[in-house]
Amino acid sequence: MIELWRSVPPRGRIVIALALAVLLALPLAADRYVLSVLTLIFYFAYVGQAWNLMMGFAGQLSLGHALYVGLGGYVSALLWLKLGIGPWLGVFAAVAVAAAFGAAIGWLGFRFGIAGVYFALLTIAFAEFTRIGFDHIDYAGAAGGLFLRVEETGQWWNLRGGTLMFYYLALALAGGALALTAWLARTRIGYQWLAVREDEEAARALGINVFRAKMAAILISSGLTAVGGVFTAFYSNNLFPSRVFDINRSIEIILAPIVGGLGTVFGPVVGAFILTPLGEVLTALTDRLGINAPGVKAAFYGLALMVIIVLRPAGVWPWLARVLRLTEHRR
Amino acid sequence: MGGKYSPTFRKSCYCKTYGNGIIPPMWSIYLNVAVQGVLTGLVYGLMALGLSVIFGVVRVVNFAHGEFAVVAMYGAYVLFAAFRLDPLWALVPLAAVFFFIGYGLQAALINPFVGRPEHEQFILLVGVGIIIVNGLLIGFGPDARPVNLSYGFDSYEIGPLLIDKPRVFAAAAAIAVAAALFWFFGRTRTGAAIRACADNLVGAAVIGLNVKRLYALTFGLGLACVGAAGALLVTIADAAPSLGPAYTLIAFIIVIIGGMGSMAGALVGGVLIGVTEALAGFLFAPSMKSMFSFALLIAVLVLRPQGLMGQRL
Repeated sequence: MIELWRSVPPRGRIVIALALAVLLALPLAADRYVLSVLTLIFYFAYVGQAWNLMMGFAGQLSLGHALYVGLGGYVSALLWLKLGIGPWLGVFAAVAVAAAFGAAIGWLGFRFGIAGVYFALLTIAFAEFTRIGFDHIDYAGAAGGLFLRVEETGQWWNLRGGTLMFYYLALALAGGALALTAWLARTRIGYQWLAVREDEEAARALGINVFRAKMAAILISSGLTAVGGVFTAFYSNNLFPSRVFDINRSIEIILAPIVGGLGTVFGPVVGAFILTPLGEVLTALTDRLGINAPGVKAAFYGLALMVIIVLRPAGVWPWLARVLRLTEHRR
Repeated sequence: MGGKYSPTFRKSCYCKTYGNGIIPPMWSIYLNVAVQGVLTGLVYGLMALGLSVIFGVVRVVNFAHGEFAVVAMYGAYVLFAAFRLDPLWALVPLAAVFFFIGYGLQAALINPFVGRPEHEQFILLVGVGIIIVNGLLIGFGPDARPVNLSYGFDSYEIGPLLIDKPRVFAAAAAIAVAAALFWFFGRTRTGAAIRACADNLVGAAVIGLNVKRLYALTFGLGLACVGAAGALLVTIADAAPSLGPAYTLIAFIIVIIGGMGSMAGALVGGVLIGVTEALAGFLFAPSMKSMFSFALLIAVLVLRPQGLMGQRL
């Protein structure tokens, strides 16, 4: 950890320390709305980071990460509702289940040499398959959804609390994932991922166990994403298969890291800080202009995505880091 | 409760009884369901054909494919509502308009993204798809728009089979459009030039083919398929904005199962998916039918990743 901190250039250290201090102290000044938006930003930074490990570093395109969010949420919520097992324990089960699914998908995909768009479709297929499956599992509430009781507020050890608790939890998750990514990027497996991403054949020729490296990526990524699922389940207090497993959720997850900068440590954070406020601003703007018909906001959002990807295909962060001279060498 | 991604069919008459009131034997019901599936599948196949052609030549994955199909459905709906134009005839102007949309889109927007990483193409076309879905939502609202044909509930009785008339027409039209496309790629000079681009891009450029123009042409043809398929789909299902992503997924499943870049594979895959969904919807719950398509997709990806008829265009 200390070594990691030493590797950050001085300018970067100041910015990180300042940002952390501001975010920690912010609840003193900001209202609930700002905190809830920031909670959402941290959540997307967190799951984006988890997805980024797999796509940005190991180069495996997953378009089905909503699967792990949904599984994490459902496992922890079911344990809490049916057996009274709190989320701090349930999260381990959630991670285990999601990682098992990740392992199955990874094994099928990587063993049989499915790559690129084909692998992406495999992940979509599993997510959609599970979504429709959960629509018919009566134990998990089927299509009618699963609801967590809201009135038991104040039990922070069971994730039953208010805005403030979830704000700090989301901040901790996002910060933790950031640190984990920064650390992983400097480990042996991190470098192996980069080699696999750049040229699989060459990596194999170097003696890297490509299959194992990819499996490590999907296991870590799916497990981390499941923690995000536990968070959303207890934060939003409801779960619907058609909502949590939806392909649009998977797309939401991957937008922040792509817009921020794939394969960079800060990309997902920057992307989340751009996209979530963008959505909020669009809502406010369309309300103000009186054109808040259904679809207007989303259409502008789609347009913004196109503009960003046309102007900054490598992501905003590498460009931003260059402009602000916070050198992070692009991996 | 299939969520918004499972198209619900308005005129699926799996429960038709014969005029004389005799309950038909079980096997003939299965046969009826399967035949309806084949007919629907041919229309799906035409839609997937567009995706396959675009991917096979331009190597761009059109993630807004189903959304374009839904735009064509609305086009057919508007033409029907305004001029009482049968969707089977609306197919012709819609295909033409979509050809130009595709040509322009490729030339103006997508061309810089050819050869770029898949995730960048993905974001670009997801953006296009989001704009289309929400544009339709703004223009037409979320409710499904039906096209009530005068012969909408007519059917042909052939032996034990009872087949919807609109489905027969739609499937026949889908085959006709696909045949025209096969003819174009197989028999014309431009078609051969496009195939050359798909086979050997550098070689095609060396012998002086205008690759950019041919790519735009291909994208135009791919979207013309979608335009035609959309016009036919409106006779099978009501037009609704939320169908877009569902159709995109169906098109992808079909193309993977048939083999990316294989034109015949798209039609075969379409029929396979049509039959699978019809039978699964009949045997289990209609909301579970796409589950079987995804299972089929997973099986094909694992066992035969190049698809059933996997070869290049």
